[in-house]
Amino acid sequence: MLAWTIYISFLGAAAVMAVPRENARPARWIALLCALAGFGITLAAAMQYRAGELMTVADARWIPQLGIEYHLAIDGISLTLLLLTGIAAIAGILFSWNIERRVQEFFALYLALIGGVYGVFLSFDLFLLFIFYEIAIIPKYFLIAIWGSTRREYAAMKLALYSFVGSAMVLAGMIAAFVTAGATTMNLAELARYPFPVHFQMWAFPLVFVGFAILAGLWPFHTWAPTGHVAAPTAASMLLAGVVMKLGAYGCLRVAMMLFPQGLDPWGFHVLGFGSWRDVFALMALIGILYGATVALVQKDFKFVIGYSSVSHMGFVLLGLMTLNLIGLDGAVLQMFSHGVIAGLLFAVVGRMIYDRTHTRNLNELETMRLSRSLPFAAVTFIVAAMASIGLPGFSGFIAELQILIGAWRAFPAFAMLAGVGILVGIAFTWRALQKAFFGEAAPAAEAHPLPPVTLPEKLGALLLMTATLVIGLYPRLLVDLILPSLNSPLFAGLHKAVWR
Amino acid sequence: MSGVSYFALLRLTLPQIALALGAFLTLTLDLTVLRRRAQSTRFLAGALTACCGCVAAMLLLACASGQQTLFDGMMVANPLTRLIQMALAAFAILAVLLSVSSQFTRHVGEYLSLILFATVAMMFLAGTQNLLLIFISLEFLSLSLYILTGFSKRSRASAEAALKYFLFGGMSAGFLLFGMSLLYGLTGSINLMQIAAALGGPALDPLLLAAIVMVVIGFGFKVAAAPFHLWAPDAYQGAPTPSAAFIASSSKIASFFIFAQVMMLGLAGAAGSAGWQSYSSGWVMVIAIVAAVSMLLGNLAAIAQTSVRRLLAYSAIGHAGYMLLGLAAHTQQSLEALIYYVLTYALAAMGAFGVLGALEAEGVDELKSLGGLSRRAPVLSFCMFVFLLSLAGIPPLAGFFGKFYVFVEAFRAGSGELLWLVLLAIATSAVSLYYYLRVLKQIYVVQPEADAAEAIHTPLLHRAVLCVMAALVVLLGCAPHLLLQWIGQAMR
Repeated sequence: MLAWTIYISFLGAAAVMAVPRENARPARWIALLCALAGFGITLAAAMQYRAGELMTVADARWIPQLGIEYHLAIDGISLTLLLLTGIAAIAGILFSWNIERRVQEFFALYLALIGGVYGVFLSFDLFLLFIFYEIAIIPKYFLIAIWGSTRREYAAMKLALYSFVGSAMVLAGMIAAFVTAGATTMNLAELARYPFPVHFQMWAFPLVFVGFAILAGLWPFHTWAPTGHVAAPTAASMLLAGVVMKLGAYGCLRVAMMLFPQGLDPWGFHVLGFGSWRDVFALMALIGILYGATVALVQKDFKFVIGYSSVSHMGFVLLGLMTLNLIGLDGAVLQMFSHGVIAGLLFAVVGRMIYDRTHTRNLNELETMRLSRSLPFAAVTFIVAAMASIGLPGFSGFIAELQILIGAWRAFPAFAMLAGVGILVGIAFTWRALQKAFFGEAAPAAEAHPLPPVTLPEKLGALLLMTATLVIGLYPRLLVDLILPSLNSPLFAGLHKAVWR
Repeated sequence: MSGVSYFALLRLTLPQIALALGAFLTLTLDLTVLRRRAQSTRFLAGALTACCGCVAAMLLLACASGQQTLFDGMMVANPLTRLIQMALAAFAILAVLLSVSSQFTRHVGEYLSLILFATVAMMFLAGTQNLLLIFISLEFLSLSLYILTGFSKRSRASAEAALKYFLFGGMSAGFLLFGMSLLYGLTGSINLMQIAAALGGPALDPLLLAAIVMVVIGFGFKVAAAPFHLWAPDAYQGAPTPSAAFIASSSKIASFFIFAQVMMLGLAGAAGSAGWQSYSSGWVMVIAIVAAVSMLLGNLAAIAQTSVRRLLAYSAIGHAGYMLLGLAAHTQQSLEALIYYVLTYALAAMGAFGVLGALEAEGVDELKSLGGLSRRAPVLSFCMFVFLLSLAGIPPLAGFFGKFYVFVEAFRAGSGELLWLVLLAIATSAVSLYYYLRVLKQIYVVQPEADAAEAIHTPLLHRAVLCVMAALVVLLGCAPHLLLQWIGQAMR
């Protein structure tokens, strides 16, 4: 049943294209229905799912010559991210209700992207996973290049090339792993069981990890993220930050760390104080946290603030992965969910509620408009999103980042302290943006042009996302009970044995 | 050797004969009955006869079975050669159908029969293991292609391209013949199997190395591998679009197949190794170097192109590099991967040229003139989208699986000695997305120019053929095992 999330999305994309050009109304509804159906199916599957098991969704022979299977399966980690995809997809459509230009193409590409994302999270065959991973690249390019704003063509190409370079690295590692393991299977569980030689893992791990982490915004390969987010239309930024970056982080965990756990082992010597790839990537993640936050502090463009904050928050995910203890990894997966929802909300406020009405994202200009008065709903939404983003208790961001910090404290105490500083800077830039955008001194002229009020789809979308972050914040066990048993499953046995602490 | 069995020869060459008869029939009909009719009628009727010839050849091939060798390897028939020959006939059909609506010539009969004659030559080329016949059919093929390139008599570019193609081709034929003569001198045989047997033994004669280099140069020209590619951009740009489509697809299949046959059968003992640390001299190293140069030069030069056809030409050079990678691996599986790759590549390349052909009336060649095409011709644009992304190697299209399979087999061969080349190939294929996206950006993102906003009308047949080809590209990408099974059975 869960496989239908993929099929519905792609079929929906085809159906949307068939809508006549003159009357594009049905296109939105088809897209919304597809997204709702996808989320409904995922939710139903989550109800039936028994914690810790690996539930096979579909398994068929596909390319027998190479032992490649059409194998879909879920565990708690993928289920968490599937839920996130469902939520983000619905919200994104609600927030792009006002798209008027080339509507069919927009929603077709949007649904194709969603289908690819569902596919990645569901795949349990490395080849299949890679295919869906690459399917997601092309729609992203066109969504940004056609419907985007600031320097859209440049940003779209940059994003596409970064993604493609990343996936080329993954492809190299994937082929190497496939051939080394005897070229008979691409099944992730079987590959995870295969004892790859340590020296092989030592080069394959960083290759695949970086390949995926490029999409997760790992410093210094993050530069596609701010430009891409800023240029993208609202729904695409929501998806980019909300789920596409998670594809990268998910790949890091599911492929790089699961297949090559010994790549994280100490090298046995030290270079510049680094003793293993783990140290290197933890430091890069930490730099990402601090760098993203400080750069966000000085941005003039509201969307760049959010863009860099994504880099910072994704740094937490990667740091959580590198802690290699249960609580840190759990926090990382939870942070993927949490950041997906919160970033979606932030981009929705900036891109849709503010920019589409005021046609500016310059914080200094927004300061003169005093938006808290003209757009109270936007202000409230942003305040909620900001509170969630800086990690106030009661929101999902708190529980996720707390776990990561605890995990990091056990693994790298110094890094944990610095990451804490990152959180403080995060509070500062969020506060600054909030203050400037909504509570500035109004110039008298601003009152003369009332802005169009916030529409119903926007309110619904915002409510959906706020509910998600609040529910998980107040009752994190909903997801933690899914994630933890899966991290303890035999799939990650290599990781347990090698470096689990 | 017992007496010549003309009956066996006749049976073996029936498909070629059918095709040649089709060619003559097309020519005769066009010059007699159809002479005074409208151009479109002539093209349609000619295409119909030509397709009948191709279909007859395919049926004959499909009915044949078993293995046969005649005249000391002069004529060879086995499931694999039949598969290639069938593919060649199928591509000839596509090429004929895609030229039906073109306007570049009034010599319809000659044009269509030349395509069929070229296909006859390629069929002979695929079905032989004898150096002499290889050379003769290669020359037959080349002569047909030179004329096809220069067929647009009113266009200077076409004539220039044909002349350039001819001069380079003539020189490369000289190299090839010289290499072959050295091989003959070394082994006393022109049969690939006997050459391989005579060459046995690890020690490499310096003369043999010279022969290898000459042969690689000769074939490298045919497959447009760098640094022997100089004719390709001009020929692709100057030739009439349907001819360019034919040159870019069918001739690639035949040339690569026979290249692989000569290297893997004839020079089996002289392979050597191209590993970083385990280098030993032989033809693998030569091929590996040519492959590396082609990948780099093709993909990097394509970035700078402003003409779509030149861009496709340079991308073809890059693709030749990937295919040579499959050849350098020289295992049975890598040959399988190579055949899969070249077939799917030919499909996508012919499709891309087919789309350009449909736009020929609009005078589209510069990248800029494609601006906003998606709103003027949505179907054509979508086909182009599929073909170009397949060439770029984006899943789930056929081109991706082709690349994946070639890379896997190249990596697997000789316990990873070609790793450096595989990594280079993956890196350059990441580069290639850039220029394909540049074309797609023009089509989908850029607004159409004000003076060219009306819809483009394309004949139904042309559109239908392109749609079928695009559907095939998607199908072969989603279900590569269908074709793989076929190739696999043929090779066993």
